[in-house]
Amino acid sequence: MNIFFTTISRDLKMAVRNPSSFLNPLMFFVISISLFPIAISPEAETLSNMAPGIIWVITMLSVLLSLNTLFHYDFDNGVLEQMIISHHSLSLILLAKTIAHWILSGLPIIILSPFLGMALFLDSKSINILIVTLIIATPCLSLIGSIGASLVVGIKNSGMLLSLLILPLYIPILIFATSAVSHAQSNLVMDGQLYFLGFILILSLILTPFLSALSLKISLE
Amino acid sequence: MSKLKVNNLSCQKGYNLLFENLSFEINSGEILKVSGPNGSGKTSLLRIIAGLSSFESGEIDYDSFKLNSDAYKLDFLYLGHLATLSPELSCIENLKYSSLLGNESLENDYSIALKQVGLEKYENDLVGTLSAGQKKRIALSLLFISQSNVWLLDEPFSALDSKAIKIFEKKIEEHCKHGGMCILTTHQECNIENLKEISL
Repeated sequence: MNIFFTTISRDLKMAVRNPSSFLNPLMFFVISISLFPIAISPEAETLSNMAPGIIWVITMLSVLLSLNTLFHYDFDNGVLEQMIISHHSLSLILLAKTIAHWILSGLPIIILSPFLGMALFLDSKSINILIVTLIIATPCLSLIGSIGASLVVGIKNSGMLLSLLILPLYIPILIFATSAVSHAQSNLVMDGQLYFLGFILILSLILTPFLSALSLKISLE
Repeated sequence: MSKLKVNNLSCQKGYNLLFENLSFEINSGEILKVSGPNGSGKTSLLRIIAGLSSFESGEIDYDSFKLNSDAYKLDFLYLGHLATLSPELSCIENLKYSSLLGNESLENDYSIALKQVGLEKYENDLVGTLSAGQKKRIALSLLFISQSNVWLLDEPFSALDSKAIKIFEKKIEEHCKHGGMCILTTHQECNIENLKEISL
């Protein structure tokens, strides 16, 4: 397990020393959401109706933006090759890298979301549910995204390809997450949606490290 | 006494056949230099033996270990032509992580390894601030703490000055005298004793 925690702390250390890699997607998240009231309408009712969709779509896009950096640097300097031929489990190393990616991309979004939710006139109950959906589902975005990132790691300017590969897999998350927040706004039961998101999280945690490892080995051959 | 045996190995990249029916064997204490023009498959050969690339046909046998098994990986150290260093980390942080990934020795040896390659003063400097030659020295300083038996070195002497080349040639010889084996590719002249050579 030493390799697992060392990889997480290594990736976090590298990100702190090269902050643009994780700050750019976060800036995109904050700026895009704050532009919606200007572009659509400053009315509380309109904005609060659209808020779950706006926040979740921008969350997905900002995670997608940051996915390019997940394996890119380690590929460029040859460390990824050493990870593949290491006697440690590649899946475990990639899971650690994905968790570090979530700490840098998903966690700040969760922390910022209450403020942006308030800016879009979400009520406190809906903000709580929004946070719950983000806590359950942003790890899924990083985990599922790691498969796409490992498949396109050797390809230059692969942003569009990565989006085409990953966005369809994000759609169920988007549907259940926005539906949960909308139900909370209408005082309806949203347990089903949360259970589904939980199920996707468990499935992603079990499957994606192996699939990412497999894709990475194929990409680097 | 270990033995690495490569039997009738063929490798194809796209439509290019790089080599066909390549056979050789190397025993403990031996150093093998793989030579050949650019694009002849030297790097591919090392990557295949390291378990990074697949091959069309043939066999690789190392002490009856299955290729890519944990026991096989533990006995191999592969250093490609990339520096395998992260520019955002210091020399010592890079060495610690590389040795954790590989089969390297205890924590207190890192400073000694850097001293051996003349970079003890740069221990805490970020790798991104160093020159290409210094980066190569740090990458190769892993040899001083490696516990792997088989070293696969792809262009180990590129970007190095003559003094550094001598240090690493000596280290490779020493490793093989202690029962290790080494396969290397280089376009430079090697002053290593008892060097076996194959051409692709």
